Amino acid sequence: MAGTALRRRLTWQVAKVSAVTVETASVRTLTLDVPDWPGHQAGQHLDIRLTAEDGYVAERSYSIASAPGEPVAITVERLDDGEVSPYLTDELRAGDDLELRGPIGGYFVWEPEDGGPLLLLAGGSGIVPLRSILRHRERTGSTVPVRLLYSSRTLDDVIYQAELDQPARGVEVIHTLTRQQPPGWAGYARRADAALLAEVAWPADAMPLAYACGPTSFVEAVSQALVQSGHPPERVKTERFGATGGT
Amino acid sequence: MTAMSPIARGFHRRRQEPAENAGRVPPGQYVTKDFPVLSAGPTPHTALDRWSFSIGRSGRQKTWNWAEFRALPSQDVTVDIHCVTKWTKFDTAWQGVSVDTLLDLAGHDGPFAMAHCDGGYTTNLPVADLTGGKAWVAYAYDGQPLAPEHGGPARLLVPHLYFWKSAKWVRSLELRDTNDPGFWENYGYHIYGDPWREQRYAGD
Ligand SMILES: Cc1cc2nc3c(=O)[nH]c(=O)nc-3n(C[C@H](O)[C@H](O)[C@H](O)COP(=O)(O)OP(=O)(O)OC[C@H]3O[C@@H](n4cnc5c(N)ncnc54)[C@H](O)[C@@H]3O)c2cc1C
Repeated sequence: MAGTALRRRLTWQVAKVSAVTVETASVRTLTLDVPDWPGHQAGQHLDIRLTAEDGYVAERSYSIASAPGEPVAITVERLDDGEVSPYLTDELRAGDDLELRGPIGGYFVWEPEDGGPLLLLAGGSGIVPLRSILRHRERTGSTVPVRLLYSSRTLDDVIYQAELDQPARGVEVIHTLTRQQPPGWAGYARRADAALLAEVAWPADAMPLAYACGPTSFVEAVSQALVQSGHPPERVKTERFGATGGT
Repeated sequence: MTAMSPIARGFHRRRQEPAENAGRVPPGQYVTKDFPVLSAGPTPHTALDRWSFSIGRSGRQKTWNWAEFRALPSQDVTVDIHCVTKWTKFDTAWQGVSVDTLLDLAGHDGPFAMAHCDGGYTTNLPVADLTGGKAWVAYAYDGQPLAPEHGGPARLLVPHLYFWKSAKWVRSLELRDTNDPGFWENYGYHIYGDPWREQRYAGD
């Protein structure tokens, strides 16, 4: 399980917000102009630091939404009772400063030479690092087959909807809407569990490389289901966002 | 560094730690009553009849099976734990074997240790941080067998360091002369991980 070591000193720096994109009613993508960015891998995250006028400081992690080589972007879901996310989604404007450091993490990453087939499992904002992986695959001309299972509460909560509606060749996108479905919805309408994975995931003998990301409860459920159906644990990478958001 | 931090106008603290927590919460942490789960992959499930624990220099380690390990003298400890993902949990109650006891029985010593776990996870620690009543191999939490998602059958418990050092599913402590980085340490996490000095990442 040894990875490529990347022991670089991480220092805080001040980036500028270059654009704010509305993804859903509660989700914004912030494109950032980072003066000293060493480059990142698809799947990594960065840390944001906010300093209040009274000196109070809060730090949070956000996955990088853009592919390596693209301008750094993060996609943030507002938690109404949260401390940091409402500031990022509601207060920040293009031109504002934002302190950050990164990239961080070298385990939940994908490079074309890691191969596939790729089984991507996203719960809510857990789509963010997987979107970076999808874009990286496309930009590098990789043709590994991809199946993405994306669990959202409602259709209006689907992040990157337009992009996911036009997937690249070899990419299948499967939605499940757990709370409410539009009239005539032909997709899945239940939680991602062993039964749903048995229908949509590649079987273990296809040896897919799985990436599961989202709220801890989602990641626990899908990663355990995969292992119980025979997927080797070392082919199942997980990134837990905490008890945030819903699916 | 903080002198350079831009002020985030309109950003305010939303929750205040109660005054009685003062001095107990390391910088940047918040207190939770939950027990969140964090690991790099799925949770391994190791059958007790295939479980063993070893300690010592590579190649000449002292090994116990589950029954032998459970027969070792154990301690009950109640400690605060601090996760690098910013949560702190007060008064967690564990039962386990002190690493002092294990090292005494093995008769081995060395400046550094690498913890090896089911699932391939590793983490490095100075032996000085494992001895002197500061570390345990714990197999019960809150009076119950330790659940797999929290590291059962047994995990390392080193509460004075960030909790990734308290390796889940631990199977051996290998003594070494060098302080080689373990799993998260290789990916840029701090080599030592003192929560009171906010040693989250390399260079902190
Ligand atoms: C590696 C990683 C990558 C991530 N990537 C993303 C991403 O791409 N997009 C994204 O939107 N999020 C992401 N997250 C989650 C993100 O880091 C934040 O946790 C999230 O934005 C919530 O922060 P907040 O300050 O708004 O909420 P917080 O104020 O931290 O609150 C979060 C929840 O915990 C509860 N809570 C927190 N502290 C207390 C307290 N003291 N008392 C009571 N309740 C409390 C709140 O009620 C709330 O429901 C990621 C997390 C990790 C670890």
